[in-house]
Amino acid sequence: MPLLELRAITKDFPGVRALDGVSFDLEPGEIHALCGENGAGKSTLIKVLCGVHPAGSYGGEIRLRGETVRFRNLRDSEAHGIALIAQELALVPRLSIAENLLLGREPLRYGLVRWSDLRAEAQRALDLVGLAVPVDTPVRELGIGQQQLVEIAKALIKNAAILVLDEPTAALPEADTRRLLSLLGDLRLRGVAAIYISHRLDEVFALAEPTDRITVLRDGRSVGTARREGTSPERLISLMVGRELSGGFPRPERRPGEVLLRLAGWSVADPQNPGRRVVDDVSLEVRAGEVLGIAGLMGAGRSALLASLFGAARSPVTGTIQVAGGPSRGPFHSPAEAGAAGLALVSEDRKRYGLVPQGSVLDNLTLAALRAFRRRGLLGALGILDRPARRAAAAGQTAALRLKAASLDAPVSQLSGGNQQKVVLGRWLLRGPRVLLLDEPTRGIDIGAKSEIYDLIGRLVGEGLGVILVSSELPELLGLSHRVLVLSQGRPMSILDGGAATPERVMAVATGQG
Amino acid sequence: MRLKRLPLDWRALTMVGALLAIWVVFSVATDGTFLLPRNLSLLARQMAVTSILAIGMVLVIVAGQIDLSVGALAGLTGALAALAYTRLGWPLAFAFLLALTAGAALGAIEGSLVAWLRIPPFIVTLGGMLVFQGTLLGVTGGVSTSPPRPYLFVGQAYLPQPAGWVLAGLVAAALAVGAWRAQGGRRFGRLGLAALAIGAVALMNAYQGVPVPVLVVLALATVLSTVAHHTPFGRHLYAIGGNREAAFYSGIAIERHLVGVFTLMGLLAGAAGVVLTARVGSATPNAGQLMELDAIAAAVIGGTSLLGGQGTIWGALLGALVMASLDNGMSLLNTEAFWQPILKGAILVAAVAVDMAGRRGRA
Repeated sequence: MPLLELRAITKDFPGVRALDGVSFDLEPGEIHALCGENGAGKSTLIKVLCGVHPAGSYGGEIRLRGETVRFRNLRDSEAHGIALIAQELALVPRLSIAENLLLGREPLRYGLVRWSDLRAEAQRALDLVGLAVPVDTPVRELGIGQQQLVEIAKALIKNAAILVLDEPTAALPEADTRRLLSLLGDLRLRGVAAIYISHRLDEVFALAEPTDRITVLRDGRSVGTARREGTSPERLISLMVGRELSGGFPRPERRPGEVLLRLAGWSVADPQNPGRRVVDDVSLEVRAGEVLGIAGLMGAGRSALLASLFGAARSPVTGTIQVAGGPSRGPFHSPAEAGAAGLALVSEDRKRYGLVPQGSVLDNLTLAALRAFRRRGLLGALGILDRPARRAAAAGQTAALRLKAASLDAPVSQLSGGNQQKVVLGRWLLRGPRVLLLDEPTRGIDIGAKSEIYDLIGRLVGEGLGVILVSSELPELLGLSHRVLVLSQGRPMSILDGGAATPERVMAVATGQG
Repeated sequence: MRLKRLPLDWRALTMVGALLAIWVVFSVATDGTFLLPRNLSLLARQMAVTSILAIGMVLVIVAGQIDLSVGALAGLTGALAALAYTRLGWPLAFAFLLALTAGAALGAIEGSLVAWLRIPPFIVTLGGMLVFQGTLLGVTGGVSTSPPRPYLFVGQAYLPQPAGWVLAGLVAAALAVGAWRAQGGRRFGRLGLAALAIGAVALMNAYQGVPVPVLVVLALATVLSTVAHHTPFGRHLYAIGGNREAAFYSGIAIERHLVGVFTLMGLLAGAAGVVLTARVGSATPNAGQLMELDAIAAAVIGGTSLLGGQGTIWGALLGALVMASLDNGMSLLNTEAFWQPILKGAILVAAVAVDMAGRRGRA
């Protein structure tokens, strides 16, 4: 008998059927992976399972150890031993690790919190996950990987028999990911089963025993369940996207033109440690029609380099920059200045730095270029916008980007991650930039949208733009870039040829082994 | 070896330093009148009502909310108690209870609107402020009511000197026991507080004794500080204000906590209302106006973050003391009245500016 069974789950949101008769089960001691593109219904399914969408708001049935259960809220599902580890870390930064671990279930005496018991219980849980940090440490002082371990400890404190992990490694560096995966393996030996949701198939395959199953969702339906031993990443990808992908990166042919961006002696001070630098004496050139990739480990200074180019650094910058044949000059002081010179930055955190979530697609697309749409004459001088021109430009960009939105007036928050990323890109393309700075442009978007972004980069470069690309996914970086600059602790180590470099070679240089 | 965290609270030290600076300036400027026991006793009584409101405001703001209606609510509940006692002839205890119950009930209504109907607290309590102000005008009929002597006890009486000494002894003994049990820097902190308690009572006894409204403030602050730091309800308020999603995913019933904190705030507004009418000696048709802003300012000067998740009740009392000192000192100097709000506003912004600068330096 399966430990947990979801039978024919159907869930409707206004105007959308998010889940359509999905069935899913979990055997004792199994790690069952759940894969699918963004919007496939993975998150909705686990919200149904965990009572976030309460019983009665969905169709179908949930059985736990053979008995039908009806969870009204998260607390209900937790009482039955199901613990959700949500995508966004659910910790209170200012509270200590101990308080976070026992939040909502503090040990009491006479109505007051018993701190000694609370600390002792927290310590036991930290020992289980192997985190050697004092339990009184405020959570905000922990790294993201450590916070993830605190989350898991929190689930173990609740005596969870089933862990539900929603994209637990999305924000984790490589070493922390490995630690997490091995911890899940240990917990399995203690009888904890897990539902593991992830984009990253390499992880799913590393985690699963040969007999563990992998289920793929697409458009709210379950399109296949297979044992790991009987399937392959390629097979799963084709299930996820509903078609076979070429899998290639359309690196445009290299026809380097004039130099569009030239940096010399570029350094950025470390905002945390005065006297140190996050970017240290970088000089480089980007030509028209060229993609320059920037590789490096977490903290190597890749994002800091791009932000400083765009006048958005938070600490002093030195060096000279020359854009599109303009004068050689010192660093830009603001994004406005950098934008006017012909630079455009698509930042790594699109929710935080890219989108105005309440705004429409139109608002977001034209945000950086509004001045260009002023009416002629007096009205224009007063700042009145030419509505038809603005809509036409936005519509043109929508078509060029193959942006899928209900209309220009649809709220941008309703779009999928890939389409949101296209909006951010389109905003800058409306300004007609010469050099595009892309910081992790495909993070968190699904495979289909990724390949569209790749095509788009290829097309723009073909039209004569220069691109600087930062990406943590080495196959992507090497596949798209003509040349790759490897940074290590802020210093430029070497420039490799994108076609000839291998991931192993890049990692060797980035870790200082090369 | 594990480095012990320094027990020094940088922010609290700045606050105390600023307070001492203000006191030194006023002492010099008034030739020492400011520091006379008679004046300090007055100062303590002047800050009582704001302090009671600020105690509740800290918890409201910590939970990520705001309450603009507390001044008007204190005015209204105070008037209800005074009218019930004076015109309807209710027993004193019942009149006081009426104020507390009415405050809690009205707070609970506001909290329910915020929690269940998801109306932003700014709007709910702005509306509440207007409704309460109008109701106050209605129930008083636009005239002041002065309750007779027994009522005024909570606002104007003093604890007999011997009772004051006994109280100081008990508090100091409790703190000393705490110091004996604690470790490291906390020890000295508790011993310092014990000395402060004895010193403060000595000072108050040098005039007429510890004022009853000050006792009310200290008792409420002690109880609610315990609620804030040592009960699940209090800890959950910090969690809700610090990361609402995290609180939700930890299975905390956020709505009930919000109703709870607004109810508590209403209860405290009731207490503040009683102390207000008793101290002033009458219930006036515009009592309590703008007091909510003093309460918010006291909380913020005392280190409460308007973003939620951070703040202490004792800090807010320190903030209230700073503001009351400014009022009191400028009155002694016969400064024209318009300077008082100007200076208080500047201090409020400066306090937060110093805090932000300090945070950036250490971030």
